[in-house]
Amino acid sequence: MWQWLKRLYHRLGSPKWFYEITAKWIPWLAIISVVGCVTGLVLGLLYAPADYLQGNSFRIIYIHVPAAILAQSAFMMMAIAGAVYLIWKMKMAAWVAKVIAPIGAGFCLIALFTGAIWGKPTWGTWWVWDARLTSMLLLLFLYFGVMALQQAMDSEESGFKAAAILALVGLVNIPIIKYSVEWWNTLHQPATLKLTEKPSMHPDMLIPLLIMIVTTYVFFALLVILRTRNEILWHERKRSWVKDILEP
Amino acid sequence: MSLGLVGATIRRDLTLAARNPGEWLNPLMFFLMVAALFPLAVDPDPKFLSKIAGGVIWVAALLATLLSLDALYKADVEDGSLEQWLASGESLYAMSLGKALVHWCISGLPLTLMAPLLGLMLSLPADAYQALIFSLLVGTPVLSLLGAVGAALTAGVRSGGLLLSLLILPLYIPVLIFAASAVYHAGIGMDYKGQIGFLGALLALAACLTPFASAAALKLNLSR
Repeated sequence: MWQWLKRLYHRLGSPKWFYEITAKWIPWLAIISVVGCVTGLVLGLLYAPADYLQGNSFRIIYIHVPAAILAQSAFMMMAIAGAVYLIWKMKMAAWVAKVIAPIGAGFCLIALFTGAIWGKPTWGTWWVWDARLTSMLLLLFLYFGVMALQQAMDSEESGFKAAAILALVGLVNIPIIKYSVEWWNTLHQPATLKLTEKPSMHPDMLIPLLIMIVTTYVFFALLVILRTRNEILWHERKRSWVKDILEP
Repeated sequence: MSLGLVGATIRRDLTLAARNPGEWLNPLMFFLMVAALFPLAVDPDPKFLSKIAGGVIWVAALLATLLSLDALYKADVEDGSLEQWLASGESLYAMSLGKALVHWCISGLPLTLMAPLLGLMLSLPADAYQALIFSLLVGTPVLSLLGAVGAALTAGVRSGGLLLSLLILPLYIPVLIFAASAVYHAGIGMDYKGQIGFLGALLALAACLTPFASAAALKLNLSR
């Protein structure tokens, strides 16, 4: 197992191998994304029972919750990819970290936007200075900082390194920020899904949500792979295998 | 590990600051002016001011700290001192810690000493002065330590000052929350030891971890 992981890791470091293997994955990931999204949304929007307190407006969680989960775990993945780059100088990791940043920021924006739409009928206001909202906003700022720093550097390589360091500092800070704002002010309902507890949701509501979360992860993987392939083509454009692909 | 070179750097930087008073006086004046804007823009009513005074002083202190951070490593990168440091084989960890300490001495400490004056201008409740001093004393070193990471990251960037603020401000939020809440709670006669304790924990964490990030970022500036 360990040997296999090690081999996989060494292979992942090869842009050519990554480019060729992901070409086979893309159709599958795309199909799963579309099918999962349609099933999850149809089940969630049409068949799940309305919430007894929030009525139909709760249905936005089928977009909101997956986006919020992805926004947070994308930051973690970006920081880990950055650490891999700093420690083992693996170029692929730097490119992956670079392409994750805007995608993660996008999910962050989606979560904030859908949260505002949900907040208007439920809390009666688009925005409140609630802990979850604020920490999500700060996460967005951290994403912006990472992207800005990466672009500000003269050489691309030092941009990657600087962004990786900042992402790691941000990773340590995210829990601190999260708990400090939570302690400061909270209005948001506590998380509905907890790994350690039995879900408090009805299965008819829960299953579409789980489908949407898994689908969003797959969709995220698809986006990262597509963008990483572009990075590969750009950075390896002088290599003969890329020339063979682009100018057959 | 010898502290000779670190001690020498601290001494040199403090001497430099003493001979260029603008370096630490300008942020102080900025601190004063920003705090003066709030009564002008919002409401000069003492009752209202006493409610927001703690927060306003802390926001002003935070902005003043950011203003002085930009210069922290710039001169060292430009004149080659940093390269000498790396070549000397001394620990960059100790050097980053020393630099943050120097920054606190010329920004956080004067801010703390001047804060009661601002409290007076903003009619801070009498009970809150102690909390204000303590929170600044424990909180501003965290600002210096975190800010030093940003300064090290942006040292080689042209017009890095604005970028520095973008990177560092989100990381300052926890300090701001606990510090402002300590001052506010002291003002309404409540206990504020918990918040100061949290600030102390943040300081311990920042003092241990941020020099690693600073050192990595400094090396990055040299590798170009």
